[in-house]
Formats: sequence, structure tokens, C-alpha cells
Amino acid sequence: MNSPFMALLRRDLLLAFRNPGDLATPVIFFIVTVTLFSFAAGGDLEMLSTIGPGVVWSAALLSAMLSLDGIFRDDYEDGTLEQMLLAPSALTVLVFAKLLAHWLSTGLPLIAVSPVLGILMNLDSDVILILVVTIALSTPVFSLVGAFGAALVVTQRKAGILLSLLTLPLCIPVLIFSVLAVAATASQQPVGGHLSLLCAFLVFSLTVAPFAVAGSLRLMAGD
Amino acid sequence: MFLWFHRLGSARYFFDFARRLTPWLGSLAAVTVITGLYLGLFVAPPDYQQGDGYRIMFVHVPSAWMSMFIYVFMAVNAAVGLIWRIKIAHLLSTAAAIVGASFTFITLATGSIWGKPMWGAWWAWDARLTSELILLFLYLGFIALQSAIQDRSKAQQAGAILLLAGVVNIPIIHYSVLWWHTLHQTASITKFGMPSIHSSMLAPLLFMWVGFMFFFFYLLMLRSRALILEYERSSRWVQEAGAVK
Amino acid sequence: MLEAQNITGSRSEQLLFRDLNFQALPREIIYVRGPNGAGKTTLLRMLCGLVRPDSGTIFWDGVPIADCESEYHRALAYIGHDNGIKGDMTALENLQFFHRIYCAHSRPSPTQALERLDTSNLAHIPCRYLSAGQKRRVAMARLLILNARLWLLDEPFSGLDESARHIVSDLVAEHLGSDGLCIATSHQPLDYEQFGAKEINLGMAS
Repeated sequence: MNSPFMALLRRDLLLAFRNPGDLATPVIFFIVTVTLFSFAAGGDLEMLSTIGPGVVWSAALLSAMLSLDGIFRDDYEDGTLEQMLLAPSALTVLVFAKLLAHWLSTGLPLIAVSPVLGILMNLDSDVILILVVTIALSTPVFSLVGAFGAALVVTQRKAGILLSLLTLPLCIPVLIFSVLAVAATASQQPVGGHLSLLCAFLVFSLTVAPFAVAGSLRLMAGD
Repeated sequence: MFLWFHRLGSARYFFDFARRLTPWLGSLAAVTVITGLYLGLFVAPPDYQQGDGYRIMFVHVPSAWMSMFIYVFMAVNAAVGLIWRIKIAHLLSTAAAIVGASFTFITLATGSIWGKPMWGAWWAWDARLTSELILLFLYLGFIALQSAIQDRSKAQQAGAILLLAGVVNIPIIHYSVLWWHTLHQTASITKFGMPSIHSSMLAPLLFMWVGFMFFFFYLLMLRSRALILEYERSSRWVQEAGAVK
Repeated sequence: MLEAQNITGSRSEQLLFRDLNFQALPREIIYVRGPNGAGKTTLLRMLCGLVRPDSGTIFWDGVPIADCESEYHRALAYIGHDNGIKGDMTALENLQFFHRIYCAHSRPSPTQALERLDTSNLAHIPCRYLSAGQKRRVAMARLLILNARLWLLDEPFSGLDESARHIVSDLVAEHLGSDGLCIATSHQPLDYEQFGAKEINLGMAS
């Protein structure tokens, strides 16, 4: 329990819970965006159930990205990041701990509210189930890819838009297969293939991203 | 050979090398592009389905090839720059970015114009055009990232890392989009793979492609010379060169 | 032993120092001096391995630091300009975090370290509410728990009051006395008669 990994995980979760405002922002943003869409669509239930999965999906992606902006910057600005770079344990392990903490504090709440938003979007229960599964499989990928972008812009004070420009294109495959899986369920087709591809993306980014993030952090923060 | 590369890695030597190369590349580009345009617009016969409308292909297809080639070119330079710490390699990918983005934009614009008679719409979420659009985002992300970071060497290295991540992702994105398109929108017209093409159409296409290639390297040399002068403005050789002229 | 061979450093393409050579031996303190902007912080960060020198190599016990990173980081304590302290955590929590992340199982516990810097009363206050000097004291307490042989201190006295300065200079003396090395940028010289002292002057080169 005293490993560096656990120490950082615990610290980041502690910090997240001491700032309940920051913790709640992505979720509220998620809910507000989806609600906005249903207003924009004129409350037409038929249409909502067609575009619903895509709307919930894009909103989830955007809220995940917005929450990632500051994941390393706070540590960069108060000097704890450079102390982590100088820690004897591997930087990738520390990066992994930070990402896990981030996913637990922002990804999980997004997953938790997504069924409610599915109901608001007039989706069938089996579609909602697959929607939740795809969001659960993809939010870690967003955290990993987004952290890579966040590491590259760690020295930039206001980089929310830049971060989105850097990372959203990289998230498109995940978006595509998630929406395909949901669409397949809606038309009673098998979804196994799409879900396994999502798992493949998750495994791929789990293997590659921590190294890319660590490398970028070392470069950008080691000024 | 290695020695040559090593010398080419120095900014001053590369500057002279680029200066000597520029007029050659420029004239070769002009000759091949004009030949290609002549062959494409006057010699090649009209298409039996699309009439003369297909001739936009002689700009569209080579631009699409260039847009991908340049991204890979930048990524290779990024890798060389990161691994062997060669500054010129970083400089080349910086110099190439805006050219690549322009070719991507030309591809999108011509594709959209071509799509209007073919699909009856300016934009039909065709798989290749969609991939091309995402490629444009990747170029813009690279340019935005480099211009956001003040410290130049950091900006170059951050850009290089982003390029490597992008080049790994391009095939994944491309095939995802392709699959998304075939599963989702079977209605629109697409030709997968190059349809068999007559040599009278192939020749101008190849001429245009080679011409664009020369043109790209011509622009690359111009841009990298400008960047070298900017980066090395405080060094003695640049100031002396400025005093002489 | 820390040795720098022909290291050259620059910031934003501006040359700060060129071909710097020096050795730091146990029981020795090195002062890095120079006007503002001369590259003192850059040199220190370079010695940590945070910044790569433009040219030249830094050796730790004869091995380039890039080749023994984890070992070198274990032997190193760096106090930078930024204190590296989280405002939302208490002083004690901050130190405990470093204690774990550096896998330090050294004699003084975080509580004892805070006591040594005369900050026990601050242990349970979120660091956000501390003054600049108090935060600096908490940062200095990290030196005790890390159990490092090499201390790199960037302006260790900035913001510290008289009594804290005494505590810190005593800490440095103890550290040097137990065969430690120290490199510090400081405007206030510390005079330890019993230990060797060197100076590196930056800002003259270019």
C-alpha cells in the first residue's frame, strides 16, 4: 500500500475530493450539453432516439477532454511535477497512477449518468445498455489519448481548445466503433465485433500512451 | 554518405545547398506541371460517363497523394530529429507543414467541387474525403501546437512527438472511416480502388504528381531557407551575408 | 562525486554558459553565483537531469547521469524555485506523499522532519493557508526525509526568516558532515570553516 503508484493514486483522489467543484464540472457539462441538444432538436422524440447515441457520445467525449486540460498543469505550476520527474520510480508508473485517478474521478461519473441521459434521449433499454458499455470502454481511451495531448500543452496556460484540436482527431476511431455498436444494437445486429475492436483500442492505448505521455512530460516540463 | 548527411545537418551548409537547389526544383516543377496540365486538359479524351468534369482529377488525385506523402515525410523527419537530434530535420517538418496542409485543403476543395456533379451535393461524407478532412485537422493541430509553444526547440520536439502519434493513427483512422462509411452510408457513390485507367489519362496524372512533388520540394527549400535565416539571425554568417547584399 | 565536463547551457536559444567544468566532492559545498538571468537555475536543473545540456556530460560516481537515472534520482534531493507543495493538502500529507513516492525509509519520519524545521504546529493546516516562508520551510523538510547524498538547492533562503535560515544552514552543515554534497545558488554565503567550498561564477563567459 505504500508503493509510489498507490501514493500518487491516493493523493490525486484526495485532491479531487477536496475540490468537489472540479469533480462535478465534467458531469454537469455532460448533462447540460445533452439537454441543449434535445432543445435544439425541438423535442421530437422520434428524431431524438435516432441521433441520441451520437449526441450522448459526442458530449461524453467533449466533457472528458475538457476535464483533461489541467491534469498535469496544476502539478507543473506548483512544482510537484518536477519532483515526480526526479522520483526514482519509473515515470510511466506515476503517469499511470495519475491517469487511473483521473478516470476514477471523472470517467466513472460520466459512465454513471449516461443511462439517465439515454432515457432523456428516448433510447430503448438494450440500446442504453450498449451505450453505457461503449462509454465505459472508451472513457479510459480518452483519458489516455487526452493525457498525451495535455502533456504536450502542459506549459500553456489556457490550452483547452488546442488540446481538443490535438486529441479529438485521434479519438475518431473509438467514436466510430462505439456509435456503430450502438447502431447495430438498435437494428438487432450483433455487436461483438465492434466491442472487441473497442477493447483492442483500449489495450493499444494502455500499452503505448503511458510511454508517450511520460516522454512528452519529460520534454515539456524539463525546461 | 554519412559525412554528407552530417554536413547537411549544419544550418549554414543546408542553406547553401537549398539555395543552389531552388531554381532547379522550381523550373522542373513548372515544366512538368505545364506538361501535365496540357496532357490532362487537351490531350486526354473526355470520360464516357463524366464528360470533361473528371479532369479535376488531375489536380485532386495528385494533391491527395501529396497530402499523405508530406505527412509521412514530416513524420520521418520528426523521427530523425528526435533520435539523432538533428535540428535540420525538425526544421524541415516545420517547413513542410503548411505546404502539406495546403495540399490537403486543395484535395478537399477539388473533391467537393468534383462531388457536386457526381453526388449532387458538395459534401457526401465519402470515406476518402472524410479521412482527408481528419488529416487536415492533424496538420492544423501540428501547426497550432508549434505556434503555441514559445521555446523553439521544445516546440519542434513536441510537434515531432505529435507527428509520430499521428502517423501511427492515420491507418487506424482511415480504416475506421472506411468501415464506418461502408456500414453506414451504402447509398452514396464511391469507387473503391482506382478504376482501370487508360494510359492517356494515366500519363497526365503521373506528370502532375511528379510536378507537384518538385513543387513541394521547391516550396520546402524556400520555406526552410526563410526559417534558417530567422533561427540563425544572430549568428555571424547570416549577418555577414546580410551585410554583403 | 558529481562531475560536469564541458557542459554548455542555453535558454531559448540564448547561450548562458559554455564549457563549464567542475567537480563536487563529499563534504564540499559549491555556490553557484551570478546576476539574475545568468543561468543559475538552468544549471541546477541540468545537474538534476531535468534539462539536457546542449553539449557535455554530467557524471555521478563516474557514470553519465542519463545512464543511471533511477540510482541518481535516489541519491538526489532538489529544492527548486517552486516548492512542490500542494495547497489543498496539509503539510504533513505533502511530506508523507514524498516519503512514499521516493520510497524513502529514512530515519526521520515526516512528523520528525516538520519538528526539525519548527513547523509541527502547521502539520494539519492545508498549505494554501501558509505564508511563503512557512511553505518554504515545509519544502525544506523534504530534504530530511529523502535521505539523499546530493542536495541541489535553488535559493534555499528565499522567503525564510532568521531562525529558519539558521535551521537550514545547520541542516546543510549536518549533511556535509555526513559526507554529503551540496550545490546551492544563494546570495547569502554560508561559511562553514570545516568544509570545502567552491564557487561557480556564471554570467562572465559570454
